[in-house]
Amino acid sequence: MSSIKVNGRVHQLKDVSPNTPLLWVLRDTLGLTGTKYGCGVNECGACTVHVAGEAVQSCTTTLDDVGKSEVTTIEGLSEDGTHPVQKAWQKHNVPQCGYCQVGQMMMAAAMLKENNNPTDTVVATKMWNICRCGTYPRIRAAIKTAAEEIRNK
Amino acid sequence: MSTIVSSSRLSRRDFLAGFSAGSLVLMAKVTSGEDVEVAKANKKDVESFAPDLFVSIATDGTVTIIAHRSEMGTGIRTGLPRIVADELEADWDRVVIQQAPGDRRLGSQNTDGSNSIRNFFDRMRTAGATARTMLERAAAKQWKVAPATCRAENHEVKHKTKGSLGFGELVKVAKTLDVPKAAELKFKPPAQWRYIGKAVPVTDLNDIVTGKAVYGIDARMKNQVFAVIARPPVVGGVVRSFDAAKTKKMPGVVDVVEIPKFEGAPLFQPLGGVAVCANSTWAAWQGRDALKIKWDHGPNASYDTATYAKALTATVNKPGKVVLDQGDAPGALADAKNVVKADYSVPHLSHAPMEPTCAVADVKTDADGKVTSCHVVCATQNPQAVQSAVGKSMGMKPADVLVNVTLLGSAFGRKSKPDYCVEAAMLSRTIGRPVHVTWTREDDLSHDYLHTISAVHLEAAIGKDGKPTAWLQRVAYPSIGSTFNPKADAPAGFEVEMGLKDLPYDVPNIRLETGKAKAHVRIGWLRSVAHIQQIFAADSFLDELAHQAKRDPLEFLLEMLGKDRHLDLKARGHANRRLSLKDYPFDIGRLKHVVRRAAALADWKRSKDLPKGRGLGVACARSFEGFMAYVVEVDVAKKGTVRIPKVWGVLDTGIIVSPDRVRAQIEGGAIMAAGQAMFGKLTFSKGRAEQTNFDEYKITTMVDAPQEVFVELVKSDAKPGGAGEVPIPPFAPALCNAIFAATGKRIRDLPIAGHDLSWS
Repeated sequence: MSSIKVNGRVHQLKDVSPNTPLLWVLRDTLGLTGTKYGCGVNECGACTVHVAGEAVQSCTTTLDDVGKSEVTTIEGLSEDGTHPVQKAWQKHNVPQCGYCQVGQMMMAAAMLKENNNPTDTVVATKMWNICRCGTYPRIRAAIKTAAEEIRNK
Repeated sequence: MSTIVSSSRLSRRDFLAGFSAGSLVLMAKVTSGEDVEVAKANKKDVESFAPDLFVSIATDGTVTIIAHRSEMGTGIRTGLPRIVADELEADWDRVVIQQAPGDRRLGSQNTDGSNSIRNFFDRMRTAGATARTMLERAAAKQWKVAPATCRAENHEVKHKTKGSLGFGELVKVAKTLDVPKAAELKFKPPAQWRYIGKAVPVTDLNDIVTGKAVYGIDARMKNQVFAVIARPPVVGGVVRSFDAAKTKKMPGVVDVVEIPKFEGAPLFQPLGGVAVCANSTWAAWQGRDALKIKWDHGPNASYDTATYAKALTATVNKPGKVVLDQGDAPGALADAKNVVKADYSVPHLSHAPMEPTCAVADVKTDADGKVTSCHVVCATQNPQAVQSAVGKSMGMKPADVLVNVTLLGSAFGRKSKPDYCVEAAMLSRTIGRPVHVTWTREDDLSHDYLHTISAVHLEAAIGKDGKPTAWLQRVAYPSIGSTFNPKADAPAGFEVEMGLKDLPYDVPNIRLETGKAKAHVRIGWLRSVAHIQQIFAADSFLDELAHQAKRDPLEFLLEMLGKDRHLDLKARGHANRRLSLKDYPFDIGRLKHVVRRAAALADWKRSKDLPKGRGLGVACARSFEGFMAYVVEVDVAKKGTVRIPKVWGVLDTGIIVSPDRVRAQIEGGAIMAAGQAMFGKLTFSKGRAEQTNFDEYKITTMVDAPQEVFVELVKSDAKPGGAGEVPIPPFAPALCNAIFAATGKRIRDLPIAGHDLSWS
C-alpha cells in the first residue's frame, strides 16, 4: 500500500503499482478527472499538474517519482475557481472546447509564481502546451491580466 | 476468454421505446463525472409548461432550453439557446440549458457542416415565440384584456394598467391554452434583440476553468471497466491468432475480448482487434501492449503515400472526367502563346482532436444473450448516428438506444463517426458490465478517418493583358464516398462543389475535371473538407498568374473576381448545399468586400515596400455560405524559418448570433490552418501510419502560431451562414502567397516544412 497527497488530502492507494503514471492515478483511481490525457509522451501538456509547486506532466511522472511530494491539480488550484489565472481565463473567454485549458492554466499558474511579469517571448517558450482550437492569442492576453493581478496583490 | 456474439442472433426489443418516443429524455447537466443521471424531465416536473420540444417553463419561472447540437468548442450549446431566450424575452440568468440525448424529433443533431445556426435559427425563434405568445395570451386571459395589449419583457408579461406577471406565475394558465399556429407567431424585429449579436460567456465556462467539465473521457458509469484496444495496424487487417496469457496475469486486467473483423464500407463499424478491459485505463493499456497478436494485414498493406502521391500527380496530368465545361478551355489553351501550368498537392491530415475518441456503454442482456437495453454516454458530434450504428450492432431500433452527449474535447469531424461507440457497446454486451473505451493518441493518429491525400493540376491560357482567358483545373483524391461505398473511386459530387465548381474567377473558358483515386485508408471529413486542397490550389495559382503578369496580387484578385454579381451556380450544376440561391447566393460583391476590408486593415499598400524576407499574401473563399478573406504577413528569416506575426481575417456570414465565439473561430481557425499548412502531414508506409504521436505529427504551439489575429465581422442582415469551417480554406493560400512575396519561392506541395526557404 502506498499513499499520495493531493490537494492537501492524503489518499491510501491499494493495488496501484509504483510505476503507474500520476495521470491515471488521479483520473481513474482518485476520480479527479479535471486533469486530461492528450498524448501520454510529454508532448502536449494537457496533463500538467503541480508537484511540490512545480509544473510537471503527469502522463510521464510515475507514482514513484512523486514520492512524498504534494500534488496540486486543477481541483485544488483554488477553492472556488478564483485563482488569478482562472479569473483571467474567464474574463478573456479563452476556452473553445476547453479540454486543454486545465493543463494550460496549471502551466501558467506555475510560470507566474516564478515570474509575475513575463515577456511575450518568455510566455511563448514556457507555454508549450498544445491547443487544437488555437486559443493561443487569448491565452497570452489572459496571462497578462493574471500577471497584473498577481503583481498588484 | 469472451467472444462477441453476432448481432444476427439478437432480436429487436422495444424496451426503451417508451423512453425515447413517448417523452423527451433529458440528461441533467453533467458535472460530477460519475453516475450520469438520466431524468425524464417532462414527467419529473408535471407542473411545468412545455409548449415546444425545445423549451419548458417551471412554476418558479425557471426556463429550461434544450441544446440538441454538440458542444465541441464553437459555443453552440450557448448560442442556440440564446436565440430561444431572446425570442421568449427570458432573463438569461434564469435559463437552464439541458443537453439533449439522441432524438430524431429534435431534427438533425449532426453537428458538422457549419450548419447549426443556419439550419436552426428559425426553429429556435419559433420555439421562443411560441412560448412567449402563450404566456402573453395566458396573462390576457387572467387579466381579461386583449392579448395584443400584453407584452412579454424580461421574464414578465406586462400590461399598461394591470401591471405585470412573472413567467412562472403564468405557467398554470398557459398550460391550458392551445399551441399557436406558425402563422400566428410574431417575431421580434432585430432592433429589439437582446441576446442575438451580443457577446456572452459560454454556459460551460466556469466548469471548464475549474476542471469540472465532463468530456467523453470523463464519463463514468457504476461498475464500469476501462478498455484499450489493439486494432489491426493496417486498415482491413484481421487477427489471425493471439496470445493473452501474459496480459491476463497483469494486475487490474479483467478480461480480454476479440472484436469482430472490419467488414469495410459502408459506414462506421469498428476496425476489429483485441480489447483489454481493466480497472484503469493504464492497466488496460499495459495489458494491451503485452498481447501477442498475429495479424493478416490484408490488401492495404502495400499502401505507401510517397508512391501514391506520385500516382495522383500523374493522374491529374492526364485528361479526366469533365465536371464543368464553360466556353472552350481546351481550344483556348491549344491556341494560346502563353500557357502557365502548375501541380499542387496536399498530404493526408489528421483531425487529432485534443480529446481522443472515447465512449462508455452499458448493454444489458437477458438470459439468452438478447440485448434488452443499451445506454451510451460519449463525446459525439452526432448522437443519432451513434443510435443507428450501435442499434445495428446490438440488433435494436435506433430510437431504443439511449445516447447522452458529453462535452467534446474538440472534434473537427472525427467525432461524427461512431466506430468507438460501437466498440464500447460490443464490449459491454460481451462482458456484462459497462465498458469505457479510450483511444490512445497512437490509436487516434493510426486509425483516423483521414483528410484525403490529393493532387491538383492547373493550366491557364494567358491573354495580352496578362489575365487568363482559359482555366483548366483537374483534381484527384480518394473520396469520402469510399467510407460509404467501397466502389467509390473518384471525387464525389459534393466534394467538387467545395471550391472547384464554384470557382469564382471571371474567366471566359473554364474546364474542371476529376481523376480516379482509390482509398487505402478510411477517408473522412475534416474541418472545411475538400476546400482544403481545392482552394489552396486555385487561390495560389491565381497569385502565380498575378506575379507572371507583374501585377499587384490584390488588384489582380479583385479584377479576376469580376463585376459584382451572383455566380450562376445553377447553370454550373452546383447544388449550393441544397440551400436556396435567393437566401444563400454566391455573391461576388460580398466576397470582394471582405477582400477589400482585409487589405485595408493590413494596410496592403505597404506590401511593395517591405524588405526581402517580409511579405503580405491575400486570398479569399466562400465556403459554407460564409465569405472569408485573409491577409497574412510573414517574416521569413534568411535561414528559411517562417514566422507569422500578423493575420487579418474578415468574415461576412450574415446574421451572427455569438460574435465573440465567431471571432474565436477565426482566431483559432487561422491558427489551425497555419499549423496544417506548415507541418500537417500524415504518411503511410506498408499500410501503417508513420506519425503516431505529437512528436511526429506536429501541431502549432504558441511559439510558431500566428502571433496576432485581427478579426473583423461584417455587419449584415443576410440569412445566417456558417462559421466553424469558413476560416480554414483561404488561410493556407494566403500564407503561401505571402511566403512568395517575401522570398520568391512558391510552395505548391504542402506542408511548408521541408521546403528550403532560405534566402540571401
